[in-house]
Amino acid sequence: MGWEEWLISTIARALAYGTPLLWGTLGEVYAERSGVVNLGVEGMMAIGAFSAFAVAQSTGNPGLGILVAAVAGGGAALIHAFLTVTLRANQYVSGLALTMFGLGLSGLLGRGWEGVPLKHPLPAITVPYLADIPILGPMLFQNQSIITYLGLVLAVVLWVLLYRTRWGITLRSVGESPATADALGVNVYLVRYLAVILGGVLAGVAGGYLSVEYRPSWTEGMTGGMGWIVIALTIFVAWDPVQAIGGAVLFGALYHLSYRLQPWVAPELLKLMPYAAAIIVLAFVGLGGAQRRRGAPGALGVPYARGEK
Amino acid sequence: MKRVGPFVLERRLAPSRGAVLGISLLAVVLALLVAAVIFWGYGVNPWHAYRVIFQGTLASPQGWAEVVRRAIPLILCGVGLVVAFRAQFWNIGAEGQILAGAVAATGVALFSGLPDPWLLPAMFLAGFLAGAVWGMIPALLKVKLRVNDVISTLMLNYVMMYIVEWLVHGPWKGPTARGFAYSDLFPRAARLPLIPGTRVHWITLVVGVAMAIACAFLLSRTKLGYETRVVGQSQDAARYAGIDFLKVTLWVMLISGGLAGLAGAGEMAGVHYRLRSPAHISMGYGYTAIIVAWLARGSPLAAVVTALLFGLIFAAGDVIKVALAMPFQVTDVFNGLILFFLIGSELLMYWHIRWAPKRAASEG
Repeated sequence: MGWEEWLISTIARALAYGTPLLWGTLGEVYAERSGVVNLGVEGMMAIGAFSAFAVAQSTGNPGLGILVAAVAGGGAALIHAFLTVTLRANQYVSGLALTMFGLGLSGLLGRGWEGVPLKHPLPAITVPYLADIPILGPMLFQNQSIITYLGLVLAVVLWVLLYRTRWGITLRSVGESPATADALGVNVYLVRYLAVILGGVLAGVAGGYLSVEYRPSWTEGMTGGMGWIVIALTIFVAWDPVQAIGGAVLFGALYHLSYRLQPWVAPELLKLMPYAAAIIVLAFVGLGGAQRRRGAPGALGVPYARGEK
Repeated sequence: MKRVGPFVLERRLAPSRGAVLGISLLAVVLALLVAAVIFWGYGVNPWHAYRVIFQGTLASPQGWAEVVRRAIPLILCGVGLVVAFRAQFWNIGAEGQILAGAVAATGVALFSGLPDPWLLPAMFLAGFLAGAVWGMIPALLKVKLRVNDVISTLMLNYVMMYIVEWLVHGPWKGPTARGFAYSDLFPRAARLPLIPGTRVHWITLVVGVAMAIACAFLLSRTKLGYETRVVGQSQDAARYAGIDFLKVTLWVMLISGGLAGLAGAGEMAGVHYRLRSPAHISMGYGYTAIIVAWLARGSPLAAVVTALLFGLIFAAGDVIKVALAMPFQVTDVFNGLILFFLIGSELLMYWHIRWAPKRAASEG
């Protein structure tokens, strides 16, 4: 295989592996833009992956599986929203609890489904005409998932919503300075609830993609730390939905290369690559200067209580 | 002040000790009730499940011994995390620090060639140092490059997990392990004595309790402890007081990572006697220790007690696995639920509830 083909296929697979990272990151970007950190992404993805597989396997309808995964992820996020927004609990601890709970519950319920291949996975799509374009065709338009394309469109839509509409301004103002937003008549609690739930819905889809499309099967812990990479990516892409595409493809490439390079390097050492890279990338971000200037929401991680300073 | 029916709610500045204890217990009980629903949904009679758990753990001396054995690494990690959390350093990396300690202890046990009497002390020392180094990397990254501590400590868990996988599949794979992903067994001199009839490696237990006492002293009676508390309460205040943020953070993570490393060395020398796949070495002690520390509310001595509580949950996980054929992940469900209810009830502790029925005359 020539190096051109090698590069083209690597980018194509990076897009496929980056898809769950993209969906997860888009969700976390919105949650954090409203001022709520959700460290439960890994747990919500696990719940999404299991519920998507269970539904797709028993109904034979992978699309329905993805839909249920979205609802399940949203439901899991609702717990986090209730604890951190209404009860003003520590966001870090609540997110960690959600991750433990999600991994545990999916492992428990998924025991009987372990290791069985999915009968009807989501079909891959080859876009007519576009797939025939040299280089770009095989890179982007052959054998990709509909969820990959939806994720790319969603990133652009969420970017426009965030920066070009009133809704976006409202969301950002709640994350920047909830007291000011409240004084201007914005329902801070409602906005935070919606943003956190949206984050869960997208994380659920990310998990569902893993179990009905990317690796059509269920294994306990199949999210394998992707949810944590999402948290790092959110900072790396400076809370920007369109930049999330680049970040997700970059880390998707690392995941893919950890299989691709196995003839030369021990597989275990390759698998630690994305995690080590996440630290290195954030260290470079830190060299670049303060988080605030890069768009970190001002009230990130701070619970809001009406009538207190 | 708020009025709910015949009750009056009054806000208080600091929760009383009784309120903290009572509400925490209530939270644990509520979590067990929700877990009962999950048991039931799984097709296991919850009443039967809890009875089996009780019989397998608290009803016999052997059961208690298992609780204590499971609590040993939780005590060490929990105490370390209490110290880290006191400085507002989010060390979610105890899991990786345990593994770092296990790797170092294995290296000493198998390859150092030290004379027998020196072997065990050297394993513990190496375990402490490896855990400390693995903990101080994120400390440096946080202070120097503002890398979020949650993310860096977590990522290092995965990095160390795969390093252990690599070691047991590759360079340290034992010639006598017959194709399994194990290192060779440790020599006799590298194994800790057990309390007869149990699996309790009591030396690590003693070390853990001693560390809890030492850390309690450190936090309340020394300059470093004072600085740790100031940094934890307000980084701005610490700066004005001339406290060296880098120095304090490094010390805190040296202790926190080091204690987790000791736990890893203890598990190697006391339970497994060889390096094996990471999921078997730790099974989430490092993550559970976060709850142990959170529940201990900043007190290293209280962490010993809360570690025993979660030792009970791990022991219960073993019982459930054998007796009810449920996967060990049950413990994660318990842990997640308990944590949800604990932090959910936090706000409640700041309200004092008083019985004060309304009188017609008092309504103006």
